[in-house]
Amino acid sequence: MGWIIAIGIIVVLAFVYFSMYNGLVKYRNWVDEAWAQIDVQLKRRYDLIPNLVETVKGYAKHEQETLAKVVELRNLLGSKTSRQEQMEVNDQLSGALKNLFALREAYPDLKANENFKMLQEELTQTENKVAYSRQLYNNTVMKYNTKVESVPTNIIASVHNFEKRDMLEAREEERENVRVSF
Amino acid sequence: MILYEQIRKNKIKTVFIVVGFVLLVLGVGVVISYLNYGDPLPGLIFTPVFSLFYIGIVIMSSTNIVMKMNHAQEITSVDQHRFLWHTVENMAMVARVPMPRIFIINDASPNAFATGLKPEKAAVAVTTGLLDQLTREEVEGVIAHEVAHIKNYDVRLATVTLALVSVIAIMSDIGSRMLFFRSVGGRRDNNQNPIFMIVGLVLLILAPLIATLVNLAISRNREFLADASGAELTRNPDALASALEKIANIQTPVKEASRASASLYFSDPLKKKLSGLFSTHPNPAERIARLRSM
Repeated sequence: MGWIIAIGIIVVLAFVYFSMYNGLVKYRNWVDEAWAQIDVQLKRRYDLIPNLVETVKGYAKHEQETLAKVVELRNLLGSKTSRQEQMEVNDQLSGALKNLFALREAYPDLKANENFKMLQEELTQTENKVAYSRQLYNNTVMKYNTKVESVPTNIIASVHNFEKRDMLEAREEERENVRVSF
Repeated sequence: MILYEQIRKNKIKTVFIVVGFVLLVLGVGVVISYLNYGDPLPGLIFTPVFSLFYIGIVIMSSTNIVMKMNHAQEITSVDQHRFLWHTVENMAMVARVPMPRIFIINDASPNAFATGLKPEKAAVAVTTGLLDQLTREEVEGVIAHEVAHIKNYDVRLATVTLALVSVIAIMSDIGSRMLFFRSVGGRRDNNQNPIFMIVGLVLLILAPLIATLVNLAISRNREFLADASGAELTRNPDALASALEKIANIQTPVKEASRASASLYFSDPLKKKLSGLFSTHPNPAERIARLRSM
């Protein structure tokens, strides 16, 4: 009788162990996925900007400075590898794009251009998406870190080298910038 | 109450109500069995079997409600409605659910609903009135509320609880008929306690009403939860609150809405005046107050 109980306890412990381990793996994968999501959105932004610049050039040749600023920041975004730097450049880019979009008031033909409208909407939406993917990332990291730190999952986390991840810092006004009203 | 606390409390409340509901179903089964045979055991065994069987059939036969709606137009590419498409995509991303299908209903009354038994099969529908009369942030808040319903499996919960309401109705109907025929037949065993008999009979008669009320209480509770989880997605509870304010102030009901689908909507589509025990949605003022306090 005793050994049946012993085996029962071992099976239960193994089950608990596996499920805690799997939980950690799931959250770590979610963190990676959320991280990749930010990349997807930044890449999309990067790809859309040349189209926008081309379209605007056709109507507003004299706005070289505004256009050059956007192109410069876009290239800078492509060259940065650290996430925190990317985020900073991305925020500056949002500001530069805002100036570019503002040109539509001075050039009615540009404002009426369907392609411009489409690109403006798409870029605005990728801006939202960057913000949301960043929020998703931070949210997921918070949940993952809580798991890594709390008892008893922290034992399994330390045995199998699940390490805490860093959240992306964002100032409150950056979040505000993102909300675009029309 | 802060956001996470609201979410937690609503979830705990759901668990309590659902457990109570299950006990009610079992109770009806036990009462019927006791009244007819003087033994609660057959009811205790038969009721869960019958309920599970019935829920299974309901879930398998429930078709997507959106499909049945004549004037809902599906948006299948981003070009058809950029803003709506992106907003739904954003909310689905943050909620970590697959992108639901999107439908637009041609109706001037601003409203929205979500459907689908699981996130993979989900759809959100919004009326043209919602897109026309609300600001972008407000629409985003409403979409977040609907995606929260999807994430929380509210359609499945509603389907199961509605099936249980039917189970109770069927059982109390059959139970009282059985009792009637037995007393007409005149073969009484007389081994039941008369006080239990009366209490049981009253319970049997009241059970369908109680079940309906419990079902509506769950529906209202899930609305509060969807508001809170929606606010967690957008981090902008004020936009959701102002959307609710606008929608509550418009008196035209949604033409396409039927009583059966009313509980799915963002805000009561039938615009009933009374709110309380018999409403599918909590009082908008109460929802707004909770959102503003986040």
